[in-house]
Amino acid sequence: MLLRHTPSTTPERHALTINPAKTCQPVGAMYAALGIHNCMPHSHGSQGCCAYHRSALTRHYNDPIMSGTSSFSEGASVFGGQANLLEAFTNIFTLYSPDIVAVNTTCLSEVIGDDLTQIINKAYEEKKIPAGKIVIHANTPSFTGSHITGYANMAAAMVKYLAKKTADGGRQTDTINLIPSFIEPSDMAEIKHIAEEMEISYIMFPDTCGVVNSPLDGRFHLYPRGGCPKEKIEASGSSAATIAIGVLGAQPAAKLLDTKCKVPFETVEVPIGISATDRFIDTLRKIAGASVPSSIRIERGQLVDAISDMCQYTYGKKVSLVGDPDILVPLVEFLNDLGMKVQHVLTGTSTNKYKFEERIKNICGENVKILAGLGKDMYLFHQLLQADKPDLFFGNTYCKYIARDMDIPLLRIGFPIYDRLGHSYQPIAGYRGGMNLLIRILNTLMDRIDRDANEEEFELIM
Amino acid sequence: MSETIKLDPTGEQFRDDIVKAYSPKLSKKRKKQIIINQIGDCDTVPEILANTRTAPGILTMRGCAYAGCKGVVLGPTRDILQITHGPIGCSFYSWLTRRNKTKPRTAEAANYMPYAMSTDLQEDEIVFGGEKKLMAAIDEAVAIFHPKAIGIFATCPVGLIGDDVHAVARAAEEKYPDVNIFGFSCEGYKGVSQSAGHHIANNKVFTDVVGQLDQKKEGRFVLNVLGEYNIGGDAFEIERIAEGCGLTIHSTFSGNSEYDEFASAQNADLNVVMCHRSINYLAEMMEKKYGIPWFKVNFISANATAKSFRKIAQHFEDSELIERTEAFIAKELEKVEKVRSEVYARCKGKKAMLFVGGSRAHHYQDVLREIGVETIAAGYEFAHRDDYEGRKVLPNIIVDADSRNIEELTVTADETQYHLRLPVGEIERRKANGFAYEDYDGMMPEMPNGTLVIDDCNHHELEALIDYYKPDIVCAGIKEKYVVQKRGIPMKQLHSYDYMGPFAGFRGAINFYKEIDRLLNCNVFRFTKAPWDESPELTATYVSGT
Repeated sequence: MLLRHTPSTTPERHALTINPAKTCQPVGAMYAALGIHNCMPHSHGSQGCCAYHRSALTRHYNDPIMSGTSSFSEGASVFGGQANLLEAFTNIFTLYSPDIVAVNTTCLSEVIGDDLTQIINKAYEEKKIPAGKIVIHANTPSFTGSHITGYANMAAAMVKYLAKKTADGGRQTDTINLIPSFIEPSDMAEIKHIAEEMEISYIMFPDTCGVVNSPLDGRFHLYPRGGCPKEKIEASGSSAATIAIGVLGAQPAAKLLDTKCKVPFETVEVPIGISATDRFIDTLRKIAGASVPSSIRIERGQLVDAISDMCQYTYGKKVSLVGDPDILVPLVEFLNDLGMKVQHVLTGTSTNKYKFEERIKNICGENVKILAGLGKDMYLFHQLLQADKPDLFFGNTYCKYIARDMDIPLLRIGFPIYDRLGHSYQPIAGYRGGMNLLIRILNTLMDRIDRDANEEEFELIM
Repeated sequence: MSETIKLDPTGEQFRDDIVKAYSPKLSKKRKKQIIINQIGDCDTVPEILANTRTAPGILTMRGCAYAGCKGVVLGPTRDILQITHGPIGCSFYSWLTRRNKTKPRTAEAANYMPYAMSTDLQEDEIVFGGEKKLMAAIDEAVAIFHPKAIGIFATCPVGLIGDDVHAVARAAEEKYPDVNIFGFSCEGYKGVSQSAGHHIANNKVFTDVVGQLDQKKEGRFVLNVLGEYNIGGDAFEIERIAEGCGLTIHSTFSGNSEYDEFASAQNADLNVVMCHRSINYLAEMMEKKYGIPWFKVNFISANATAKSFRKIAQHFEDSELIERTEAFIAKELEKVEKVRSEVYARCKGKKAMLFVGGSRAHHYQDVLREIGVETIAAGYEFAHRDDYEGRKVLPNIIVDADSRNIEELTVTADETQYHLRLPVGEIERRKANGFAYEDYDGMMPEMPNGTLVIDDCNHHELEALIDYYKPDIVCAGIKEKYVVQKRGIPMKQLHSYDYMGPFAGFRGAINFYKEIDRLLNCNVFRFTKAPWDESPELTATYVSGT
């Protein structure tokens, strides 16, 4: 056994986290920052944070992930990181000329109390930031929240620094802001596809599409084609409304945009599966005053059709999930819609701001076991699975150890995925993403049926 | 080696051009880190500036002390339970990401490597101190896992708030006398790179682990292999060869290893050092305290492997061992040669660049050379001057403030456990005859004149190197991987091996030849440009209405 030290029960734990079901804020902030065009993310702390975050994102996307670091030494840790950050600005703008630098803090710079606003102001005063260039920052201490919080904080920082209120205080455009949670570029693309089919003018940020899944064309683009241009984030303050796509990852930015620029917002869950996509499109339709075109109706109808064709294979199947709240809720809903029996849902991310448990119980009843927040880890998840073995489970790459030990099929969804391709290109959002997801689920379950069937029960047609 | 490679443009030209983009201060510093190799009399090489801070804002390849300590040195061992004391990230990112393979002896034997353990410090613990939580975490770990040993790894905030991981370790050890519990002050801000973490790891393993257990593996020729981390199964291959030659590997620091092997490593009769940078401290200290002689080996490339095992056999001065080693090597080289000669024909004359590690940028030049691939530029990510210029420069290395913060242990001979492995004066006699001990000549004396040696190479310089010299292949780490490949140039990761391996030993050499052959002659990069990119002018073949 790979996880040979995970018996089905152990003494209760309060202090030791084993096999975390979350990671730290800055990696989420770095990912969000990549969603701005011509932006250099910058990690204000030790080199190791930046190296780890770049490595994690690079392995997840198989694409270059660039970010600067303040390269703290022991001296900087004692005397403060101001000198390092000022020097970093000079080097970054001289060598890499981004339009924007998006700084995230780390536990190190947070503990020593570096005041980023003050340092950035000083950098402007000392002309360390060239005219026309912008530095934004998000506080992302690793000792609170998770990678989802870090993403949300950087998305909010974009609003805080960039979004501009229109002069007369009124709405000037009929544009809708779409702020996605920590989701894959393929899902961002799918959401944009829906808005485009509906002929809705939109601004999406962060938008990592085309940044972390860029083409190989014989050149290295330090700033790939994708990402939301700075001007668009500025203009988001004049939009008619905002849709926050995801409670934890997106709502803080939308809320701030409302406070700062009086752009009203609605929060929807990430459109995964039929029900959540229906609600997203319905919200979009009403807010933008747009009608749903036949192309979208066809996509929806095809998904419903495929489910009706195949739901005998999903019906009653037991599933367990570990991941991030904004993805988990609509995913659970989709699985429930497929007739599956969701039995465990676990996340290491705190869901205080989200009626997470209530939402999931609403969807699939009281019998589902839900564990969320501090101390909830994959060790615990593995133990839950041992007590009640599912037919299929969802999680990130680290789940492959559980999958192998327990011989349960795993569908990789979440962060990080280090060992399979697909998440960059094939969405799980929208109706077309729902189709991808359905196909993956069916193929996985049906491969098992073929593998496990007795010879006399083996079927040609399924 | 007196070979010369003429770079066009010259290395001097490259260096002078490239530093123009930097501020005057940085430019001055980088000029000392970008060296054009020139081997003089007695293998003297130019001085290089190394183990110095990376300028903030520079896109660097480097990581931190925690990564060097927990990730590199301690990570590969399977039954020391490792708790990262700090917020969740550090533990998360060092969780199985270095591909250290391990093979527990039985299905029940302890193996904690697939487990990432952390105290996941929260804000109130940062404010009020995290020692209590650490102690509770140790209690829980002991109750669940019953480990022989626990290592505690400090992260940046832990050092700043003043949590004393060593005091907690001592208190925990009193509570659990059967468990060896020790802490590492490997906060990420220590030193200038991973290198500080290596040293911190070496020190603690030396003081708290080695010498704790008195046992010795059966065998006439018992040695420890230091600085081999079993990435991609390298240590498995080295174990296979050692067994084939009749050697007994007592412990490997730290690939495919166990606590008991570390704890009794003082009983081996020889230490061989693979990765000089990360483990030379331990070799030196064990020599002083226990009298174990050491020398540098290299198991990357067939020739280097053969040379290293021959040297080990010669050290023991046993004719049977020497014979058996020669026979084994001959058999292996025969298999290697079949592949090598075939691959050589397809790869010879290709140019490589290597920017990696503290030893790999040197070691892999040998294996590339075997298939005719020339290294025109190389450098380490976190090495010191001695790794470039050889240990002869050790007395002249100026210790700066960043290194001074890393404890240098004073070691004396152990009253009971020190004993000479060879008669008095024998080591000196052998040294005089050219059989080196406590040696490492470094990378530069083995590189052709005129090639570029670049310490702590950064993104700006790597891009320029590719523009200037158009290498056929680049070897570095994951962060550089796709930067290079987007340009249509194959890139080989030499930290993780791109999830392949082993690359050490004879079988490893065969694997590596084939892999470089595959990369250099790979179909995919032919598709970098589409047909219409080559001839973008438009001529309509079929046009309606004309």
